[in-house]
Amino acid sequence: MNVTIKVKRFDADAEKPESYWEEFTTEVADNATVLDALIQVREDQDGTLSLRCSCRSAICGSCAMRINGQGGLACKTPAVDAVIDGTITVEPAGNMPVIKDLVTNFDGFWDKINQVTPYLQPQGPEPEAEYIASNESMLHLSGVTACIMCGSCVSDCTVLEVDPTFLGPAALAKAYRFTADPRDGDEDGVSLDRLKDLGQKSGMWDCTRCMACVTACPKGVDPMDRIMALREQAMDAGLTNNNGARHAEAFVELVGHSGSLDELKLPVKTVGIFNVPALLSYVPVGIRSLRRGKLPSLFHKKIEGVENVRRLVKKLEK
Amino acid sequence: MLEHDVLVVGAGLAGMRAAIAASSRGANTAILSKVHPVRSHSNAAQGGINAALSDRGDAWEDHAYDTIKGSDFLGDQDAIEVMCKAAGQSLIDMEHFGVTFSRDEEGRLGTRAFGGQRRQRTFFVGDFTGQALLHVMFEQLLKSGVRSYEEWFVTSLIIEDGIVAGVMALEIRSGEIFAIRAKTVIFATGGCGRVFEPSTNALIVTGDGMALTYNAGASLMDMEMIQYHPTTLAGSGVLLSEAARGEGAYLLNKDGDRFMKVYAPNMLELASRDVVSRSEQTEINEGRGIDGCVLLDLRHLGENVIMEKLWQIRELGMDLVGKDMIKEPIPIRPGMHYIMGGIKTDIDGLTNIPRVYAAGECANVSVHGGNRLGANSLLDTIVFGERSGNHAAEAVKHIKYVDFDEQAKIKEEKARIQSILDRPQNGDRVSKLRLDMGTSMNDNIAVYRDEEGIKKTVNDLKDMKVRYQDVPVDSKGKIFNTDLIFHLELGFMLDVAETIAAGALERKESRGAQSRTDYPDRDDENWLKHILVTQGEDGPQLSTSEVSITQWEPVERTY
Repeated sequence: MNVTIKVKRFDADAEKPESYWEEFTTEVADNATVLDALIQVREDQDGTLSLRCSCRSAICGSCAMRINGQGGLACKTPAVDAVIDGTITVEPAGNMPVIKDLVTNFDGFWDKINQVTPYLQPQGPEPEAEYIASNESMLHLSGVTACIMCGSCVSDCTVLEVDPTFLGPAALAKAYRFTADPRDGDEDGVSLDRLKDLGQKSGMWDCTRCMACVTACPKGVDPMDRIMALREQAMDAGLTNNNGARHAEAFVELVGHSGSLDELKLPVKTVGIFNVPALLSYVPVGIRSLRRGKLPSLFHKKIEGVENVRRLVKKLEK
Repeated sequence: MLEHDVLVVGAGLAGMRAAIAASSRGANTAILSKVHPVRSHSNAAQGGINAALSDRGDAWEDHAYDTIKGSDFLGDQDAIEVMCKAAGQSLIDMEHFGVTFSRDEEGRLGTRAFGGQRRQRTFFVGDFTGQALLHVMFEQLLKSGVRSYEEWFVTSLIIEDGIVAGVMALEIRSGEIFAIRAKTVIFATGGCGRVFEPSTNALIVTGDGMALTYNAGASLMDMEMIQYHPTTLAGSGVLLSEAARGEGAYLLNKDGDRFMKVYAPNMLELASRDVVSRSEQTEINEGRGIDGCVLLDLRHLGENVIMEKLWQIRELGMDLVGKDMIKEPIPIRPGMHYIMGGIKTDIDGLTNIPRVYAAGECANVSVHGGNRLGANSLLDTIVFGERSGNHAAEAVKHIKYVDFDEQAKIKEEKARIQSILDRPQNGDRVSKLRLDMGTSMNDNIAVYRDEEGIKKTVNDLKDMKVRYQDVPVDSKGKIFNTDLIFHLELGFMLDVAETIAAGALERKESRGAQSRTDYPDRDDENWLKHILVTQGEDGPQLSTSEVSITQWEPVERTY
C-alpha cells in the first residue's frame, strides 16, 4: 500500500525556527500502522525526522501525536484507516511546546502529575501480608491504571487550551486512581485531603465535560468519567462549600424547580449571593451577552409538564 | 560538576528499584535514562510475577526447583535460592506500594498458571502486569525525590587510572555532552532484543549497558541463551502474553491438532518456553504450519475471561492483524524475546569491574540459565535491583570519588561525536546496517542453530563492523537528534551481537534455548558450565566458569 504522509515539522536548530509541512510517500504493508509509516520514512528517506516511539504495541506511551487533528497513538492507528483524501496528516501533540518535529515537551505534563501526590498514602498501619481488597475494586482501578501517560488526552483537552493551569485529564485520572483505592486514605478508604486539594481552582471542577479526552484516550481510561467520579466522591464526602459543588447542586435544584435551567440564577447560586466581587466579575459577560441578544430572559418560566421533571429529580435523588 | 554516590543507568523496574533502595539508605543517588522512566521496556511484561507464598502452602524450594529445571540446570543455584526466598517480600512490597493485583474471592492476591511450573504462583494485573508495576515503581521514585536525568544517553564510561570514575552522557534535548562523576554506577539498561529482527522488544532495547561494560572489561556470560517466545505476531513480532496459555489457550497446527501433546504430554502448552518454541518450529518446519505460523486459540475461554484478564492482547490482535481472539484463532510463531545472558554479576549485582553493578535483563546473576521461566523476569528486576542499590549505598561509604579533568573529557567526547556527524554520505544507512544485522542474527542464531549458520553470522558481523566505521547520519543538528542516538546504539548492538554469536558457536551442545542441530544432546560432562566473553584485541575472548549447584543435581528434563 502506498501512503502519503504529511508531517508538521519544526527544526529547533534552525536560525529562525518555525513550523512547516512536509509530505512523504512510502510503501507500507496493508496492516501497517501510522507509526510504521513514520518509521519507514525516517529510516529510508529522512533521518532528520524526530519522533518518540518505542514499544510499537500501545504500552510505552511514547508516540502520542495528532493524527488528522485527533490526539492518539501512532502505533495503535492503522494507516489504512487514517488516510483522508489520499493523505495522513500528523502533527505534534497539542497543549505542549514542541521540541523538534513530533517531539513535545512533557515537563508541564509531569509537573501536574506531581501536583496530585501521585503515590499511595494509606493512613492506617501497614499489614504484614497484602491488603485485603475485593477483586472488583482492583479491576475497577486497573481500568484507570491502564493509563500509559501518553498525553493524548492532554493534547486534545479544550480546557487546557484556554487555561494552562488546569490539572488536566491525565493528572485528574491519576488522582482518581488513589481516591478510589480502598487502601488509600482513612480506614474506610476515603481520601479526604486529596479530595479537598483536587477541589481547588484548576482542579476537578474546571472540566467542561467536552469529551475530547475520552475520544483521544487510546487505552479506554475515559479520563472525563473519572473526573466526574471525583466530583461525586467529593460531594459524598461533604465537600460542598465550593463553586463546583454549588454549581452542580444549583443545576439540579433549578431544573427540579422549573423544568429547565434558569441561566441567570445559576451563577448567583454557584458563587453565592453575598459574594459581590465574583458577581461583579460576571458583569462584562452579561453586557456582551446583552449586546448579542443572548442574555436569558429575566423572567424564567416553568415548562409545560414540569411535574414530570420534578418526579424524575426526586426519583434520582433517592 | 554533576556528582553522585550512586548513579543508576536505566530507569525500568530494576533501575528504579535500585535507585529507591540506594536513596533510602542515604546515598546521594541519581537515575539516568535515554527515555522517560515510564517509557521503559519493563512495561511490556504482560503475564505476571512469580512468588512462592508460604501462607498459601507454597514453598520457595519448589519455585527454585522449577526455575532450575527451566534453566536446564545452567542457572546458578545459590542465586536462584536468593531470588526465590526474596520473592514473597518483594511481591508484598509492590502490593503495599499500590499495585492493583488481581484478587481471589477472599480479597487476597490471586494467581494464574504459567509455563514450566508445577503450581500456580504467578501474580498479575490483567495482562499488563509490567506496566502496572513500572508505573507504581515510578510513583515511588517520585516519592523518593531521587534526581532523574530523563532522556539522557550514556556514551561511554569514564575510566581514570583503571578505575571507573563516572559516565559521559548526552542530554538528548539540548545535544550537550556532560561528564557525571560517580562513586558507583549501576547498569539496569535492559536487554538487547533489537540485535534481532524481528523481536518482541521495544526499539529502545539495544544492549547499551552490556556493550558499555563489555568495552570497559566486563565479562558477559551465556550470551548465546536467547529466549524465543512461543507466541509472537507474524510481521511485527509483537508479543502475545503467555497468560493466554496460562488461562487455558490451545496451540493448534494446520490440522487443528493440539500438537503439544506430542512434545510435552504432561504440561502441554504450559511446558517451558524453549520447549514450546522448539515444538512450534518443528511443526512449521515439517509442513504442519500455516504461512510460517501455528495458531493460538482462545475461543473456548469465553468472552468474559478474555475481557477481564486478556483484554490488552485482544486489542493488539485487532489493531495489528485485524483478528478478534474472541471469535477466531490468531496466527503466531516463535520470536526473539529475551536474553538470559548478560553482564556477569554476583548476588549483589557487582560485576567484575570494581564500582560497577548490573541488574535486570542486562545482568546475568545467573537465575535464568539456559531458559527463563515466564514471570521470573519481573521478579529478577525487583529482587536484584534492590540488592544492587543496597550494596552500592553501603559501598560508597568507604570509597572516594575519582578525580578527572572534566573539560578534557568533554572535549574528547565531543570530538568523537562530531566525527560521526561529519561523516560524508556513502550510500549506506544506519537503518540498513541494523536490518542486515538483525536478519542475519534471526536467521542463524534462531530456535535451531548449527555451526555453518552461526559461522556465517560471525563473518557477517565482522563485515558489518567495518561498515559501521563509515556509516553516516542524516541529521547534523544538536536538539533531539535521534539519528545520532540510533547510530551510537547500533555500535553497541554490533558489539553485543558478536558476543552472542561467539557464545552460540562455542557451546557445542543443546541446552535450554541453545538447540544445536549438530549437537542435539545436552552434554553435562563438557558443558555444564557458563561461557564467559570478554573483549580481546581481535574480538571476543572466551572462557568458562563453573555452575553453582547447591542441592539439585542435574537430571533429564521432560515436561
